[in-house]
Amino acid sequence: MAEPAQHAHPEHGDAHGHDHAHDHHDPGFVQKYLWSTDHKMIAMQYMFTGMAMALIGGYFAYCFRMNLAYPGMTIPFYGQMNASEYNALVTNHGTIMIFWVAMPVLIAAFGNYLIPLMIGCDDMVFPRINRLSYQIFLLSAIVLVASFFVENGGFAGAWTAYPPLSAKSQYNNTPLGAPMWVIAVALEFIAFLLGGINFVTTAMNSRAPGMKMFDIPIVVWMIVIASILFMASVGPLIAGAVMLCFDQTIHTGFFDPDKGGDPVLWQHLFWFFGHPEVYVVLLPAIGIVADVITVFSRKKLFAYKTVLFTTFATGLLSFFVWAHHQFISGVDPRMANVFTVTTVLISVPIAEMIFVYIATLYGGSITLTTPMLWALSFLFSFIIGGVTGIFLGASGADVYFHDTYFVLAHFHYTFVPIAILAVFCGVTYWYPKMFGRMMNETLGKIHFWGTFIPFNGIFIPLFMLGLAGQHRRIWSYENFPELARPEMYELRHFATVSLVIMLLFQFVFIFNFFWSLVKGKPAGGNPWQANTLEWTTDETPPGHGNWKDLPTCYRGPYEYSVPGREQDYWPQNQPS
Amino acid sequence: MGSLTDIYIPSASTFASDIDGLIVLVAWLVGVWGVLAEVLLIGLVIAYRKREGVRAQYITGEEKHQKAWVAYPHYLVLLCDVLIIVAAVRVWYNVKQELPKADSTVRVIGQQWAWSFVDPGADNVLDTADDIATVDEMHVEVGRLYHFNLEARDVMHSFSVPVFRLKQDAVPGRVIVGWFEATKTGTYDIQCAEMCGIGHGLMPGRIIIESAAEHAAWVKKNTPAPVASAGAAASAK
Repeated sequence: MAEPAQHAHPEHGDAHGHDHAHDHHDPGFVQKYLWSTDHKMIAMQYMFTGMAMALIGGYFAYCFRMNLAYPGMTIPFYGQMNASEYNALVTNHGTIMIFWVAMPVLIAAFGNYLIPLMIGCDDMVFPRINRLSYQIFLLSAIVLVASFFVENGGFAGAWTAYPPLSAKSQYNNTPLGAPMWVIAVALEFIAFLLGGINFVTTAMNSRAPGMKMFDIPIVVWMIVIASILFMASVGPLIAGAVMLCFDQTIHTGFFDPDKGGDPVLWQHLFWFFGHPEVYVVLLPAIGIVADVITVFSRKKLFAYKTVLFTTFATGLLSFFVWAHHQFISGVDPRMANVFTVTTVLISVPIAEMIFVYIATLYGGSITLTTPMLWALSFLFSFIIGGVTGIFLGASGADVYFHDTYFVLAHFHYTFVPIAILAVFCGVTYWYPKMFGRMMNETLGKIHFWGTFIPFNGIFIPLFMLGLAGQHRRIWSYENFPELARPEMYELRHFATVSLVIMLLFQFVFIFNFFWSLVKGKPAGGNPWQANTLEWTTDETPPGHGNWKDLPTCYRGPYEYSVPGREQDYWPQNQPS
Repeated sequence: MGSLTDIYIPSASTFASDIDGLIVLVAWLVGVWGVLAEVLLIGLVIAYRKREGVRAQYITGEEKHQKAWVAYPHYLVLLCDVLIIVAAVRVWYNVKQELPKADSTVRVIGQQWAWSFVDPGADNVLDTADDIATVDEMHVEVGRLYHFNLEARDVMHSFSVPVFRLKQDAVPGRVIVGWFEATKTGTYDIQCAEMCGIGHGLMPGRIIIESAAEHAAWVKKNTPAPVASAGAAASAK
């Protein structure tokens, strides 16, 4: 178990016995890919589907940012963009990035891959439900992508889909796109309900002998709590989605004021889910970061229990903040006072969690590997995302900021760390276990800086545009004299050029990912000298069933640099 | 530090400075914390880079004196939160919750994809024959306190006047009442701030804030003739 950098034999080729699972029988294509119930295969399928969707979502962002910076231009790889295309691109960028990238990669891919391996069992409790979950998820993605190609194109009424716009085709002009959007979202929720049941049940029932509640790695805890949050919050929105679909297709009037319905009701159902959803994707990300910073600072996680309790508090509070999305939506203005209090108070557990992570670095022995850089950049960016959220939670300031680019920049400073920085953190960290080879560090660092610097270059100008009162989802600012000033366009150019640079650097990652599959240094079982059980499998990548003899757990996951021991790590499965 | 918002956009309503002040207050309170946290994060990474022969310390963070390192900062966060909440609720109360007595009441209607405005006209009463209806152009008098009755014809819209720092969603089936008082003459943007369909980006209203004399002249010029239908002579263009 040498450090990867000290690997003396730069051997290439695929003759390494560890690269292949020793299956007794060779399953056919259908068995292996379509009906496999192995949690690792399902995780990979979720991950690759999520990454493919991320390419679509990123392409959409490129298209509409180009249109904003250079109105009327023929966009390379797209062409001319009209207002309805712009709206459809914006709507589906948001939808895809949250429901088809952040959710599948952070919850489903990492959850499926890591939970059995980190708690020391052979598979999920309900492997077939797990398979069904991916199948439905894939179907949902196909329905969504198909909706772009039907008559009048995909749904264009913003990812929040407020009725009556979303409910009536005479208003949204997408008679097929809108219902397909709702159906795709509803299917996606069903997939994650099935997955969530599995994650919670597996983590509660299948832990290795000796693994007590407080010996569970934080990332597993986070995915489990996120699944519980998701399952508890999504019910009202599924009901809402069914009502919206009925309004669209058989012209019921749940959200139609002319028929006695109430359009604001949808907003409550949507945001009752929508706000906890933020934490559903945040928690796995913050869990990944916990594991990575402990390994690369060789430190025990500072106050493990505090992290858990702040997570519980955040999760609970997140159910009582939803109406901060609706301060100015026409709800009783007195209600804003209650939701301002709950919203601003959520900064307490979140701030404490960040303090704990920073405190973990104190006294460490920090190596700035690629995964560590991603983890630290997550913390750096998430602090900015967090503090700018306070402006919006403060009701009086939200009167001005609501639906401006300030909001947009704020939540991208939370979602990009979650869905981009933390995902790259997790992928680069577990890649050696997933594929048995190391990724190239130099390319990894080029990719990191090429992503992180332009990311700030995109969204800092957007904060300024938000302060200037620029609203979201506007196809062209040419008609607004206050927003068509040249200095506004300079900011938009800066953001767009930064985005293009950031997207170009993703090719470095794609190249590194596939190149390292073939040419990467063989990783060995535990290249990072980490403690958690996934690094103790007999084979790397782990075969079907993960271990020949399932491991026993003797201690918590973060026993690094324990005084009196020769090694600075202490795997959970090593008897004292 | 002056107003952050004023760098980019003038302010022209009585409550704009309250909202700008709140933004500055929040910026100070969270800015100090944010910068401190970032400096600490970067500082620790630099200070504790791996050095040969130096082993990481074993700190559980579960001891009381260790927990104090995160506990005290978080009490301070709580204190800042309370300050922010108090300030936010005060501003909110003035802008949205309490309606001061109006000098005039106007009607604002959002529809796909235009703004319509109804001025009460010379008699200062809505829904009378001398109402002045305009499209995409709202004429108001500086220093006069207006109530607006906000309506939507079809889908959600949002009536946003950035120089006023004012925004309110318009909901079909409801009449939502709000207020403003302009403090500065001039012509400024009205935007729709809620996605309302294909033409959402093509709903550029303008608000024309006039002095009392100018406004009286505008009213006089545009008051529909008694026999003419109310809408016909309406457009101020």
